This record gives sequence, C-alpha cells and structure tokens, in this order.
Amino acid sequence: MDNTVSVGMNRTGLDMAPKSREKLVAFARQQAGRASNETAAWSELHKVHALEADRVGTVPVPARIKGMATTMLDTLKGNKPQVLIDKLGERLAYERTGVRLYEAFLLKVASASEGFAPDLEAVAAIRDDERSHFELLGKTLQQIGADPTAMTPCADVAGVMASGHLQVLTDPRTTIAQALNSLLAVELADNASWELLIELLQGAGHKDLAQGFTVALQTEETHLATVKAWLRQAVLEEAT
Amino acid sequence: MAINLLKDRGTALDKQRFTWKELAGKPISKLDDDAFTRIRVILMNGVELDSLRYKQVLLRCNREARVPVAQMLRAEQHQATAVNWLLSADHSPLETTIAYEQVAIEVTASIAQLEPDAYMAQGYRYGLLEDFDHLYRYTALLDRLEGKDANNILQGYTDVVPGRPTIDHHRAPENDLLEPYAAEAALATKLHAITLVGGEYQTHDYYMNIGPIFADPVARMLYAEIASVESQHITHYGSMLNPEESPLEKLVLHEAMEVWNYAACAEQEPNPRLKALWERFLDYELGHLQVAMKLFKDFEKRDPAELLGDGSLPPGIDFSSQREFVRKVLAAEVQLRKDGTQFVDEDDEAVSSLKYRNQLNSQGSPSQAVSAAYQWMPGTELNRNAATAQPSAA
Repeated sequence: MDNTVSVGMNRTGLDMAPKSREKLVAFARQQAGRASNETAAWSELHKVHALEADRVGTVPVPARIKGMATTMLDTLKGNKPQVLIDKLGERLAYERTGVRLYEAFLLKVASASEGFAPDLEAVAAIRDDERSHFELLGKTLQQIGADPTAMTPCADVAGVMASGHLQVLTDPRTTIAQALNSLLAVELADNASWELLIELLQGAGHKDLAQGFTVALQTEETHLATVKAWLRQAVLEEAT
Repeated sequence: MAINLLKDRGTALDKQRFTWKELAGKPISKLDDDAFTRIRVILMNGVELDSLRYKQVLLRCNREARVPVAQMLRAEQHQATAVNWLLSADHSPLETTIAYEQVAIEVTASIAQLEPDAYMAQGYRYGLLEDFDHLYRYTALLDRLEGKDANNILQGYTDVVPGRPTIDHHRAPENDLLEPYAAEAALATKLHAITLVGGEYQTHDYYMNIGPIFADPVARMLYAEIASVESQHITHYGSMLNPEESPLEKLVLHEAMEVWNYAACAEQEPNPRLKALWERFLDYELGHLQVAMKLFKDFEKRDPAELLGDGSLPPGIDFSSQREFVRKVLAAEVQLRKDGTQFVDEDDEAVSSLKYRNQLNSQGSPSQAVSAAYQWMPGTELNRNAATAQPSAA
C-alpha cells in the first residue's frame, strides 16, 4: 500500500460546486424563516432524558468469599471498592483491546510497500507489553477477589471509546501515519489512566499493587514516546 | 444498443457466480466519488433488497415457482451484498442517512417528471416534499451532534431548507393510501411505483436498525419519528401498486424494473469500476426476467408482451440535480395534505390525522427540537460569521 495521501478529485467542499454555490447559500437564507422557533426544546428534551436516565450498568458484586472480605475491609476503611474494581476492569478491557489494535497495526505495517514503516518487531514488542498489562490487571482483580472476566461500566464505556480507533486501524485505506495518529490518542489516554489508577490504589491502601503498576506506567511512557516519534517521522517524511 | 425486455436474454442464471472477495470489494470514496455514484449504490441496494423481500413472499405462496425463485434469490442476495458493500466505512450512520435522503429527493424528483399519470405524479411530488424536509432535519442533527456539514455528502446538488414540516407528516393510516394504478397503466407507471416502494422500504429498515445505536436521546427520538414516516411512505407508494396483479405478474414487473434501473445506472455512471458492475448486473437481471417470463407463460398461460408491450424500456431515471423542479414543487405544493386517497389543501386535511398527530406530538417533537432556528450554512452553522457563508463570497 502506498502510504501517502495525494491531491485529487475531492468533491466535498463548496468550492467544488461553483455553479450552485451562490444559489445554495442564498436559498437557505431565504427559506430560513420557515425554521421552527422552539429554541429551548433541544435542551429541554435532553434535560428530561438526563433526569430519567439509568446508568449503563453496575459493578458486579464479588461472588467469592475473598472478594467479599476485601470489599468489606475496604468499605470499613471508608473507601468505595467498586470504584477501584470498575477502573481496574476498564484498564483490563483497554489493554485487551490494545493488543488487538496493535495486531491490526502490524497487519497494516506488514503490507506497506513504500513510505515510512516502523520496525515490525518494535510494534510486536508493544503489542506484547499490552498483553502482559492485560494479564497483570486480570491477576490484580483476582487478588482483590473481583471477577476479571466481567465487563464493568467503565470497561463498557472504554469499549465505546475504542470503537473509532478500531475503525481507523482496521480500514485498509488508512495510511500508517493515520493509524499512528489513532495510536497516539490511545497511548496518551493510557498513560493518564495508569497514573490515575496508581493514585487510586495508593489511596485505597494497596501500596504493593501500586508498585507493580508503576512499572507498567513506565512501559506505557516508552510506548507513548515511541508512537509519537514514529508519527512525527511518518508525517515529516511524507511532507518533504 | 437499446435493450429489449422480451428479446435480450442476459446472463443465464446458472452463470451468475460470485466470490466473497467480489461481494465485499473495494468501496467507493466518500470524498472523491460523485454524490450520484453513491445515490446509485443506495438506490440499487434498495431495489435488490425489495427483490429479495418480494421473492421470499412469493416462495411462501407459490408451489410451482419454488425452485427457480430460490435460485434467483441466491443471485439477488449476492447482488445486494456487492452493491451495499460499496459504501465505505468512514460514512457515519448519520452521514449515510443524509445520503439516503438525497437519494429519496433526487430519484423521486426525476420519477415525478417521468411519470405519465397525473395523479401518480402528484403522489411522487407529495412524498418528495416530505423526504426533502427529512434532509433538513437530519442536516441539523449532523451539524449539531457531529459538527459536520451535510453538503460534504450532498456536494452542492441538493438544497437544504425546510419542506413540508415533518411534524405534519404523521397521518392516520387510512390517509396514507393512494389509488392504485390500473392494469392497463403504462409500463413506466408500474416501474416507477415498484422502484420507490423498494427505496422507501430500505430507508425505513435502515433507520429502524441504526436508530438505537445513537447515544443522544434526541437523535434516537428523531430516528423513531422519521422511521415512522418512512413506514407511511412504504404504504403511500405500496398502495400505488395494483392489488389485482397476480403474484407472477408482479414478479415479471419487478424484474423489468430492475433491468430498467440498472440500465440507467450503467448509462450514466462515470466511475469505470462501478459502470462495469452495473452492466454485469443489468445482464443478470435480463437473465432473471427470462426466468420470470417463462414462469408467467408456463403457469399463467399469458403472454409477457401483455405487460411489457414491445419490450422497449421507458426513459430511465435522470441522475442529475433536480434542484429547480424541487424548488417549484416546494413553492406550489408545500401546503398540500391528505384526506383518504386524495390530496387536499391544509385546511381540508382529514380530522383523523389531526387527532393522531396531536397525541403523538404531545410530549415534544424531535424534528422541531433538532432544527429550531436552524439554517444550513457552508461549513456548518458554527461558520456563521465566516466569509464562506456569505453569498457574496462566491
């Protein structure tokens, strides 16, 4: 695949319709008086729905004795253990999808015939890191007695967020630079999320767990720097 | 060379083969392909899906035709796939919606001008002004929800202003009906009506599928509202079809309609890859028509010429901007309403529709809410103060 974008017959802008351009705008203006004047209705309807809305779902109650004990202990300490479980579930889901995003990226890089392409082994190494982070999170959830196979509410929302990245990474028409742009957003959010998770663990008194997560964060920081550098190289090479 | 429905044999059914790679082939470019290429893709998907729909019902109701109908169904399934998979994945569901409404406007406007029967033509112009309004409401939604300009899909071919307001489309069911065409109606009249039923069905089904995937509550409501109107449109156009036609007669007409549409697509398509596809499927449909005519002759002992005349095709859909016609219809007929099967002035609308509509709109109207004070501008309404939004900038 050619990894560049070229100049061509893009038909989207108004400049591509020079004959109808003036007519279109003038007619829209002339007919504007026929628009509805219920200007508050949009916000009112949204407000009604917001007030009546349920949440996307709940954090599952720990089904095993160990989980119940941990939950009770955390509750006695004044923490809300469900927040930690929810965020751990989110990170697990994110890292698991991250593995698939990098696998999609590997396919794209492997089929690139010209232009900048990162080293396949370096991409595979990031994919493997994401997988080990997924495993670390699964183990952690088990340690505190939660179910790593459950989908928590934040995990669900993270899946919604990832859907755009999946579209970008898996579309054979997107270039390596476009895919890297998507991965950069993924890594930026990933870094900030690990930081928050570490803070949450420390606050809940799980200092031992926080230690392991700090190592993961350091790895994520290198991913971010690597992806950023690849994107920079890809775009600059294409621009010159 | 001019096509003859009675004589051209097309591709034999057993030669109509596909591979998965062909079915899920390279899509069109949302940015670079002409909007009318996308219009043809959407129209022909609607035509193919209606062909599947009709044949599945025929299969349930006709013992003799089961085997050939099953064979044709397989080919049509794969044609529908090859056509619909031409839409690229970077179209958001709402952008595809804009494209669907552009299809409804431009195709219906062309058909309204081709239609020889004055009452039927009125029926097309009536539906046209409603889909025209849907485009305006969805454009407002695309702008206010996704921050995108619908004109990037429409490419300047179609105006975006209010039509007959969607809030007024909600009629009591009996007022959606039209008088059907007569058995002796022109072939063109029959082909026009069958085409638009398929188009409206497709739009309805699409909205019913994608409506629930929106998170925004007003978007969900708007899709619910317009899907309801599209269902009315299926009834509107569906009731144009003569209920006295036999099932095999309808099959012959349906296949002729597909030939008629693919011929127009092949003739006007500038994208060579798609032109080749339209030509290939034109030949496939001529093959299906042969099978349908044989069934008609064998089991009804009737001559297809009774339906198809000398076999020549009526003039096809004109795939070009129908702006001036639409503007004229808007100016002259936006106030029309329905009473039973008749078109009446606003003040004479059937009371049953008013009652129905008042109840349905009693907890708010999504189509009004989404477009309050909305005026389309190049680059979205956020571009209000920019030079590109001023007509003098042209």
